[in-house]
Amino acid sequence: MRDNPKAGMTLIVKTVTRLTVGLILIFGIYIILHGHLSPGGGFAGGVIVGLAFVHLMLAFGKDVAAAKISKNLASNLESIGALMFLSVALLGFFGGSFFLNILAKGTPFKLFSAGTIPLSNICIGIKVGVGLFAIFLALVVLEKSKEQE
Amino acid sequence: MTLYILCLVLFCIGLYGVLRKRNLIKIIVGLGIIEYAMNLFFVLLGYRFHGRAPIAAQDQNILNMVDPLPQALVLTSIVIGLGVTALVISIAIRIYEKYGTFDITKIKRLRG
Amino acid sequence: MNTATIIPFFVIIPLGAAFLISLLGRLIRRFSDIMILFSSALLFGLSIYARVLLSQASGKILVYKIGGWVPPFGICMVLDGLSAFMLVTVNVVAFFITLYSLSYMEKYTDKPKFFTLFSLMVCGMNGIIVTGDLFNLFVFLEIASISSYALVAFGTEAEELEASFKYAIMGSVASSFIFLGIAFLYGFTSTLNMADIARVLSIKPNAWIVSFVSVLFLMGFGLKAALVPFHAWLPDAHPSAPASISAMLSGILIKTLGVYALVRIFFNIIGATHNYLSILMFLGAFSMLVGVILALSQWDLKRLLAYHSISQIGYVVLGIGLGTPLGIFAGLYHLFNHSIFKSLLFLNSGAVDYAAETRDLKETGGLAKVMPVTGWTSLIASMSIAGIPPFNGFFSKLIIIIACVQKGCLGYALCAVIGSILTLASFMKVQKFVFFGQLKPGFQNIKEVPLTMKLSMICLAAICVIGGLMLLPSLKFFLDDAVSVVIQGTHYAASVLGVALNQ
Repeated sequence: MRDNPKAGMTLIVKTVTRLTVGLILIFGIYIILHGHLSPGGGFAGGVIVGLAFVHLMLAFGKDVAAAKISKNLASNLESIGALMFLSVALLGFFGGSFFLNILAKGTPFKLFSAGTIPLSNICIGIKVGVGLFAIFLALVVLEKSKEQE
Repeated sequence: MTLYILCLVLFCIGLYGVLRKRNLIKIIVGLGIIEYAMNLFFVLLGYRFHGRAPIAAQDQNILNMVDPLPQALVLTSIVIGLGVTALVISIAIRIYEKYGTFDITKIKRLRG
Repeated sequence: MNTATIIPFFVIIPLGAAFLISLLGRLIRRFSDIMILFSSALLFGLSIYARVLLSQASGKILVYKIGGWVPPFGICMVLDGLSAFMLVTVNVVAFFITLYSLSYMEKYTDKPKFFTLFSLMVCGMNGIIVTGDLFNLFVFLEIASISSYALVAFGTEAEELEASFKYAIMGSVASSFIFLGIAFLYGFTSTLNMADIARVLSIKPNAWIVSFVSVLFLMGFGLKAALVPFHAWLPDAHPSAPASISAMLSGILIKTLGVYALVRIFFNIIGATHNYLSILMFLGAFSMLVGVILALSQWDLKRLLAYHSISQIGYVVLGIGLGTPLGIFAGLYHLFNHSIFKSLLFLNSGAVDYAAETRDLKETGGLAKVMPVTGWTSLIASMSIAGIPPFNGFFSKLIIIIACVQKGCLGYALCAVIGSILTLASFMKVQKFVFFGQLKPGFQNIKEVPLTMKLSMICLAAICVIGGLMLLPSLKFFLDDAVSVVIQGTHYAASVLGVALNQ
């Protein structure tokens, strides 16, 4: 990642961020995917994924983070996440009622089990993570406009 | 029992913050304290004596679990609190741009 | 598929429309307009169809189990007389306000975002009406409330932001009181399904905790309904919002989040005793008088209408608090009528704002000559709210007064009559200063508002005129079913659980 000395925080923070931000992202994805086996699930994992991007923004400044996920992309991804969740719920109609769990349930305690629950977790994780980052982007835009006055 | 009373005391502290503080940000912090007290109270309601965490593991035989329903509901409530806090903070930032102050005794253009 | 499967669509359609508009609204031109109009019209038709379906169902109740899970383990959605009545009210008014917003919001920026939030608010309100589970009600309540906080601040002028902040903080504190009540009730009954709580509460002896929970719910939902000790946010929030949002808030949001939830919880779950009903009647009468007295000194058009909302909600709560079948009939009828004429009044004030750029009564005058449609519909709405025959407001106010006298509460009947007289005085002032009199020189060139705004105002005025026909025996079933659900009280539990377990 580029290192603009004027933007963001000190060198120590930037170095540690380069090392840890990928790990935070992977940890968040782990919590989302194992939502039906261990505590966590969509919301908690989504917040951790969002925090990975916020960490990037705090350490390097707004421009580097906005280059990874721009404001338009964040808004679109959020809506796509919500629409995917709604369509997973509507898939239940093929089975008989709204929100019914229609995929194969599999054996308990395996990763690929419990029907549509992991799919719902992934959709919620995308929406919450990107949504949290979009909130921070919007707040930073307000501060930027104030600084330019 | 004392845990429930302490949660309600935390709620009252947050309510004091919302009612009596003059700075907008302190009001938002008070609102946050109210929401945390609520969530904590609801989770504590699910406690059962000699219960353990309500997570099924593959090779253990579990006899007593605490109630898992409040934990799932509090997850939703935390996210609702997040949404409200984000909205109210962005409104507070915009108010500072328009009025130039965070003091609620000076933000009083609507009266009557 | 049985007929109950249309119930979830009241939540699915606005939710899908909201996120589709958020995704595609900026890419395809005018997509947001077409999508929101389509979803509103679909909900309008679906609510009337649901009302017709309910008349054909046995036992007058339809229960839909989400995911096939049987209550009390699963969430169920219930469509009975009261839900169908509220659904028709909410979706009809929301359709006409959507039609109005298509032209009115051209003056604000960012229409797709507005329609996203609007559709989420309609989704939240429909969800509150349809759900049969207490925590689900809290989640939909928060969805509708957060969307309304954001919509009040939509124009981002200084006054709108201040009003929205006040509204958001007070609304969040009220929601936390409601959550505290739900937590205590869960701790006492260990279930969250509304029918199941009613069943358990009728078996267990009522401890002090049920009274404590009732007071918490009264504080929480009373703030959402703007009853008098908790009304302070309404005179700031309703005028500052754009006119279509004021109409939505004043017309249907405070009734769904406040009055409907109160009725459902107090009558069907906890069971209405004499103490709660007398508290409701006192708060209703107090709101009536305080609202209309404070409205007499206002010179801002929308602030005056907001104070009158407080007063008219007092009428509704007084009617419902009477507890007799005639009283509840009158309260619910006045709820429907108030949705129609209050939204029409706010849409008129929005039209005046759109054309003449002012809301101050001292600056306007004689606008009926240049804006005939707005002038005539405003006259019809003012006569309705003041209670002049043969408009619908007259019938509902008359039945409230008759029900008060019938029960023997002559003091409350006198309060209702005084409130009605002061409302008439207030609206005569509005009509004189805004529409009749001399046309001020700056207003010679203003034109009438665009077509969709005129169309929605004319349709709402037409419903005002023919609203009295709902008392005819062939149409009375619409209100009678709602009243019977409220009167049957905690037997709601037996009917819902019976239908749910037998399907």
